[in-house]
Amino acid sequence: MRESDLIIIGGGPAGLGAAVEAAKSGVKDITVFDENAKVGGQLVKQLHKFFGSYEHQAGVRGFELGKNLEAEAIELGVKIKTGCPVWGIFRDNKVGVYTAEGKIQQWQYKKCIIATGAVENSLAFPGWTLPGVMGAGACQTMMNQHRVMPGSKVLMVGSGNVGLIVSYQLLQAGAESVTIIEAAPKIGGYGVHASKVVRAGVKILTSHTVDHVEGTDEEGVKKAVICKLDEKWQKVPGTESSLDVDMVCLAVGLSPLTELARMAECETAYVPVLGGYLPIHDENMKTTVDDIYVAGDIAGVEEASTALDEGRLAGVAVAGAMGALDKRKMNAEIKKIKARLLSLRTGSHGAARQAGKEQVWERM
Amino acid sequence: MELGCLNKCGFLAPEDVAALTTMPSAERISKGPVAIIECIEDIPCNPCEASCKFGAIKVGDDITALPQFFEEKCTGCGACIYGCPGLAIFMIDGSKEGNMGTISFPHEFLPLPSEGQIVDVVNRAGEVICKGTVEKVLAPKISDRTPVVQVQVPKDLLMDARGIKRL
Amino acid sequence: MRIDEHPILGEQSERKTVTFYYDGKPIQGFEGEPVAAALYAAGYKTLHFSQKNHQGRSIYCAIGRCNECRMVVNGRANVRTCVEPLVEGMVVETQIGHGKI
Repeated sequence: MRESDLIIIGGGPAGLGAAVEAAKSGVKDITVFDENAKVGGQLVKQLHKFFGSYEHQAGVRGFELGKNLEAEAIELGVKIKTGCPVWGIFRDNKVGVYTAEGKIQQWQYKKCIIATGAVENSLAFPGWTLPGVMGAGACQTMMNQHRVMPGSKVLMVGSGNVGLIVSYQLLQAGAESVTIIEAAPKIGGYGVHASKVVRAGVKILTSHTVDHVEGTDEEGVKKAVICKLDEKWQKVPGTESSLDVDMVCLAVGLSPLTELARMAECETAYVPVLGGYLPIHDENMKTTVDDIYVAGDIAGVEEASTALDEGRLAGVAVAGAMGALDKRKMNAEIKKIKARLLSLRTGSHGAARQAGKEQVWERM
Repeated sequence: MELGCLNKCGFLAPEDVAALTTMPSAERISKGPVAIIECIEDIPCNPCEASCKFGAIKVGDDITALPQFFEEKCTGCGACIYGCPGLAIFMIDGSKEGNMGTISFPHEFLPLPSEGQIVDVVNRAGEVICKGTVEKVLAPKISDRTPVVQVQVPKDLLMDARGIKRL
Repeated sequence: MRIDEHPILGEQSERKTVTFYYDGKPIQGFEGEPVAAALYAAGYKTLHFSQKNHQGRSIYCAIGRCNECRMVVNGRANVRTCVEPLVEGMVVETQIGHGKI
């Protein structure tokens, strides 16, 4: 049986933020487990500069932020184990880990922060299993992490921030053309993200969906047929049009990855604006299970900046609960972080997420 | 906030932008390079404020507020162009003799154009509106990989021209 | 297609080229990159054929979750090639159906 006072599952911005704050607050024995070869979570693929304020790391490119957080955590003595999926979590505060060398280990913890993020949603239509149909995040991983173009003439399905940003990154990587379709009557993501891709020649068609995709087993996608949707989200016959594409990227939302939280018997709630089922938690990120906290997209799909600050919040709260940080200092720090989170959850995009979070907190 | 075409097509007509932001006056445009901040949504974001060393941009404590622009303080240095994470700030200059002016815009694509190159200039909708000659391509280290391209265009297109077609 | 120059990522850094075998064909890739990335870079998209309807399948999540990238690697079936690091001399084969364990 191995031990670590604080085990953090997931090394994205939430997990690393939690590790850094817990370490700064005096927690000595912290281990972060991440199933990927590198930590950083989704930050690893984010090439654009962050919004927010100076305190929110505005102006820093996502992938640099990931590297900075990792370096900071390591310097503070946090142990980071990559290539280590956590496959189970059990009563009496244990997790099951599968190491990079292929060994099964059990680890005992005093407190655990689950920061496993979210998974891309799927959209099924005839032809969706063809080579060349993939998640927008998958395309992003191939381009930005592996420097390989998975396609060049692209249909992007979804105009939320992921669809808009990955479209921009496709152009930066040298894609020939990108068309974005959006089922809703309006564009989902930020106006400035939409503006910069439209300036660069991308067409955005709202109230449209994929009818079907054609292609071959060997060469994959060759053509996508799209059509209009009416106000009742039904396909309008006779409005089909064909696009000559070799890739279809699905940017149709994310859902929290809650398996471990549910296995640990954390209560969940269904909150559509935050991505669906998520483990309910209080304002300090504690779940219905005393020693388990959550942070980041698992606690509600938002943005990297909120994930980072929720991680920081959980790290400080855990440090207080473990007695490493006195209550007064803990409350002062928590107050600062909550103010930052609140400022990110305002405005025409943020306010709905704040309402979602309030629903979650009320459930506790 | 009714944003008209922004929600459907992803861009605004110049009059809509002007209604939502503080546009520089025709007089100021004719004096020398001046910033145009086309930030039109209440996203929590304020790096533009810090990027201006001359106090020409103010967001304030509520970081969802749209930036206020003070044209008399703007020196046309261009730091805000690469300081804006949304790539929503441009610079125009209508001060030269004759009927040509310049626009400067962020351009994060390769290959970058070279000085003297003739390029296709686009408007906010991505439509080509004229040809232009590239005057400068600046990529100082502080821009952190957001090069700024300056292109000569007819003065009467200064309110429309906002970029170039990818090369 | 490989991205040699990128406006944000910069130029491709020096990487070690290795030779591996795809359905018997010798192909080059970079040591340590995912096998599926090396195949895409070499122009090959279809990674396995589905069990029931023999349909060509390929990368879908690219982060080792969905298993659509599974191939037979060095005789082992169901290897998630989107996260399997490429090694010199690797033998990679298109998996047909469930594969033999």
